[in-house]
This record gives sequence, C-alpha cells and structure tokens, in this order.
Amino acid sequence: MSGNVASSLRADARWRPWEIALFAVLALSWWVLPGQALLLSEIAIVALFAVSLDLILGYAGIVSLGHAAFFGFGAYGAALFAKHVMSDPLIGMAFAIAISALLGAATSVLILRGTDLTRLMVTLGVASILYELANKLEDLTGGADGLQGVVMAPLLGRFEFDIAGRTAYAYALSVLVVCVLIARRIVHSPFGISLQALRDNRLRATSIGLSVHARLVAVYTIAAAIAGAAGALLAQTTGFASLDVFDFHRSAEVLLVLVIGGTGYLYGGIFGAIVFKLLHDLISAWTPQYWNFWLGLFLVVLVLVGRERLIRPHTWWRRASNNPAVPLAAPSGEGRP
Amino acid sequence: MLTLLFDGIAYGMLLFVLAVGLAVTLGLMNFINLAHGAFAMAGGYVTVLLMNRLGVPFLLCLPIAFVATAAAGALLERTLYRPMYAKPHLDQVLFSIGLVFMAVTAVDYIVGSMQQNIHLPAWLQGRFALESVGIGKYRLFIIVVCGLLTVALQWVLSRTRFGSRLRASVDDPRVAGGLGLDVNRIFLLTFAVGSGLAGLGGALGAEVLGLDPTFPLKFMIYFLIVVSVGGTTTITGPLLAALLLGIADVAGKYYVPKLGAFIVYSLMIVILMLRPQGLFARASGK
Repeated sequence: MSGNVASSLRADARWRPWEIALFAVLALSWWVLPGQALLLSEIAIVALFAVSLDLILGYAGIVSLGHAAFFGFGAYGAALFAKHVMSDPLIGMAFAIAISALLGAATSVLILRGTDLTRLMVTLGVASILYELANKLEDLTGGADGLQGVVMAPLLGRFEFDIAGRTAYAYALSVLVVCVLIARRIVHSPFGISLQALRDNRLRATSIGLSVHARLVAVYTIAAAIAGAAGALLAQTTGFASLDVFDFHRSAEVLLVLVIGGTGYLYGGIFGAIVFKLLHDLISAWTPQYWNFWLGLFLVVLVLVGRERLIRPHTWWRRASNNPAVPLAAPSGEGRP
Repeated sequence: MLTLLFDGIAYGMLLFVLAVGLAVTLGLMNFINLAHGAFAMAGGYVTVLLMNRLGVPFLLCLPIAFVATAAAGALLERTLYRPMYAKPHLDQVLFSIGLVFMAVTAVDYIVGSMQQNIHLPAWLQGRFALESVGIGKYRLFIIVVCGLLTVALQWVLSRTRFGSRLRASVDDPRVAGGLGLDVNRIFLLTFAVGSGLAGLGGALGAEVLGLDPTFPLKFMIYFLIVVSVGGTTTITGPLLAALLLGIADVAGKYYVPKLGAFIVYSLMIVILMLRPQGLFARASGK
C-alpha cells in the first residue's frame, strides 16, 4: 500500500513533456522576439511574482491582499543597494532576496492566527505600513517622487543593460527559470506535499503530527524571498523604484494574474502573466485611462462564471465533472478556511 | 485637546455609519465585501451632483442619497452578490475588488477625477466655542445625526421583530431558515439598509473625508479595520472600534503628522494579533 502511495507521489513529480516544452519556449523567446524584450521582461517579472504568490495561495491556502509588500521591499532593497553600496546586479539580487526573506519570516507570525478576514487585514496592513514608510522616509526613498537614478553595473561584469532590454530580458528570464525550478523542487518534496495536506484539511494535518505553524512560516518566507526577487528584477531592469510597488493595486493585480492562470500547479503564474500582460497591452492601447474598468469587469465575470473553468476549455459547454485527462491541474482547494 | 477629541468622535461616528453595513454583511453571510466603499462613494456623488447641478438643498439630499444607494444595493445583492455567498473567500475578494475597480473607473469617466466640493448651508459652517472647546458646527451635526442613527439601529436590532429575526439569522442561518425565516429576504433588506447607510455616510462625509473616484480604495482599509477590530457579532463592537479609530487617527495626524496612517495600521495589526476575532467579539465567535 505504502509503495503505491510513494509511486503515485513520485509520478506527480515526474517531468511532463509540456513542462519541458514550456521552458524551451521561454528560452527560445529570447532569440525569436528580440524586438519585444521590454514587454517580455515585464511578463517575466509579473510571472515570477505570481509564482511566489501561488506558493502561499495555491499550495498553503493563505489568501493575501498584501503580497506587494515583499515585491516592493525587494525593489527598494535592490535599488538602494545599487545606489549606496554597489551596483553589481547579482549581489544586489542576493541582498534583496535576503531582506525580503527576513521580512517574510518576521511577518509570517502574523498570518498564523485568525480567520481569512484577519489574514487579509494583516497582510493588507503590512503592505500599507511599508507604503507609508516609503512615502514618509523621503531622505532614503525619495518619497512620492520615487527613487531615481539607479545605475546598474554590467551583468556578470560583461553584459551591459542595453536600451532594447535584451540583457534585461535574459536576466529576468534566468531568474524566473531558476526560481521556478527551485519552487518546483520544493512543492514536490515531502515538505510541499505536507503543505497541500494542511491546505486541504488543517485539523487532519495537525492530527497526523504535521507542525502546521512551522510549515506556514517556512513557505511564507520562501514566497516572500521569491517575491523580493521579482521586485529586485523590476528595480534593476528599469533603474527605478517608486511607491507604486507597494500599492494595493499591485497586490490585487497579482492575485488576478494567478487566478487567470489557475492556482495550485505552479505554472499558473506564468500563463496568467502572459495572458494578462497581452490583454493589458491590447486594451490600454485602445483605452489607456479606463483599462481598470475592463479589468474589474473581467474579474467579476470570471468569478461569476467560475474561475476553475477558465483554464479548462473543455468544460465550457457542459457541467463540470471530474476529468482525469487534465494534466497536473489538481483540484485546487485554495481559499478554504 | 478636547477639540481634537471632539473631531475624533465625529470622525469615528462617521466611520461607524459607513462601516456598519459591512459588519452585518460579514456577520450574516460571512461575505468579505471589499466593495462596500463604492456604495459610500455613490452616496457622496449623488449628493454632490444633486446639490451642485440641480440646487437641491443639503438636508433633502441626505435621504435621497440613502434611498438611492439602498436601491442600488438591493439590486446588486439580488443579481450579483447572492451567488457569491457560497463561494470561497478568495472568490469573494476577487469579485468585490473587480466591482471596486469598475466603480472607480466608471465615476472617473462620468464625473471626472477631480476632488468634489460640497457647499454646506450657512448654518452648518463655522465653529463656536463652548468653555474654550472649539466645536465645528458641521461636526456637531454629524455627531447628532450619526448618534440618532446608532440609537435607532440599536433599537431596531434589539427591540423589533425584524431585529430578532436578523440576530437569529446571524447566529445560525441554517437553523433560522429551518425555523421558517426567509433568510434571503432578511439579508436583501439588511444589505439594502447597510448600503443605504454607507451612502448616507458618504454624503455626510464628503466634506470631511473628501470625495474623489479613489474613495473606495482609500477608505477600504478603514472600513475593514472597524469591522475586523470591532467584531461582527454586535453593533456596539464596531461602534467602539470606529470611535477608537477616529480618535487615534485624528490625534495621530495632529501630534505626529510625519507618521501618517502608520500608527493606525500598526495598532490594528497588534490588536488583531492579540484578539483575532476582534476586540469586542463574544468568546464563541463564528
């Protein structure tokens, strides 16, 4: 019996053809679409951010309205590091990841208690506090004007960040791939599987001897670190960090991105980011000022129709039923108390 | 000092009227409605537009704002909100954020993004001194109106038949339904009144809080603080929480303006850590 369980768990962790194809396409995009490098970097950054949210939302079932706290912390961290200490991007990235992880570990105690509402409020509160701090500490962060004039040294001491953004895209893509590979390793490890267990039924997970709190702290810290990496990427590739990185808007947007792609299978963030950014580009070209309206309408319709159905086109014309043909898209239990 | 306290109380009463509908929604249907501020904004805009474009007197605008937003709330509850109650919290959050974004952009499109000003009637302007305490007439007006509303609400909830039905439904919707109460209708009515109160609060607060299309986003966290700190099982909880928040915010901005809203957020996190169910929740909260 236990042999069956072990082998079925291993089967989940096996590399699927479409995963390999996805990574191949991501890598190829650098050569095939050189003119789109700026847009593609944005997509990679949003994708990385959404993947980090998936770790806590899709795998651990924590609804957060303040994930931008870590994104922004990483962005300001990287920008300040480049400005005051040294401008090497990789060391700056490591610094940003480290401080975001610290912030994640420190604030993770706040999400252990209470209901969904309490968690929403606390995550939102943390992001708001950081926003206020960044706004008021003008000497350090430039306040509402943002932190300008961040100049990055060449990547690996060799590749300059060019105006077309090709180096930036290669950099963003590499960070994305590395982080996704790490996250993939984590979610298929016993630790990752235990996370899903406590997401689905916390009481049962506790009673078979899983330490719920330690696991939540760990995954929250990891997710914060990856979100910090995404923020650092943004600051380093654009040479700019502004209050916008802490904004509520950003937390809401990343939720939407993740939900478009689907939660709980790790790649939802990547697919969601691609769809979201392309839509954004399309609609803002048509009506730049009122893009938010369509975003809101999309959210409302998405939820009313049922967001599970969006990523499973074959359910559009019939009642949803269990279909074993769906690859890896395990029934997601996010949002459960 | 006492003036500050007075302003804080006025601010807190206003927040209470704005947020009490949210407390009921959350307590009754366990629905996280981030779009509550949109109703308040609607009330504010109804008032501003009626006054500035049609010249309707201020006092007449207030009931109109209440009725208009209550009607809008009832309509939305029946059509959009009801299917949401059974969904997970994540869906509710996404749904109501979507509504907020739509409301914000729609108002921006129709009215424009500038700050709206309200021209109060002359008898509400100015201040007078009461034993060296400066009292703004309009703030006094707010306190009186909101105080009356609070008393009325408390009376309805604790003394009338509808109130006991509502409390029964809050305590356990399934059992209440099993006893023959039409929970859906009770909720429709409550939602409408809650939205209407938000609209009235928005109308009253347009002068104090400011009114522009980003209103629902700016004050969302304040409403949520009132509800989550106050708890959803009584209305005295949110009332005390709103007063606390109002006084803390006014005093904080006066004494340490550099810290801004920092104090309020930190205070909220600390309180929620110590009492996850809210400061004034009953021990056996849901």
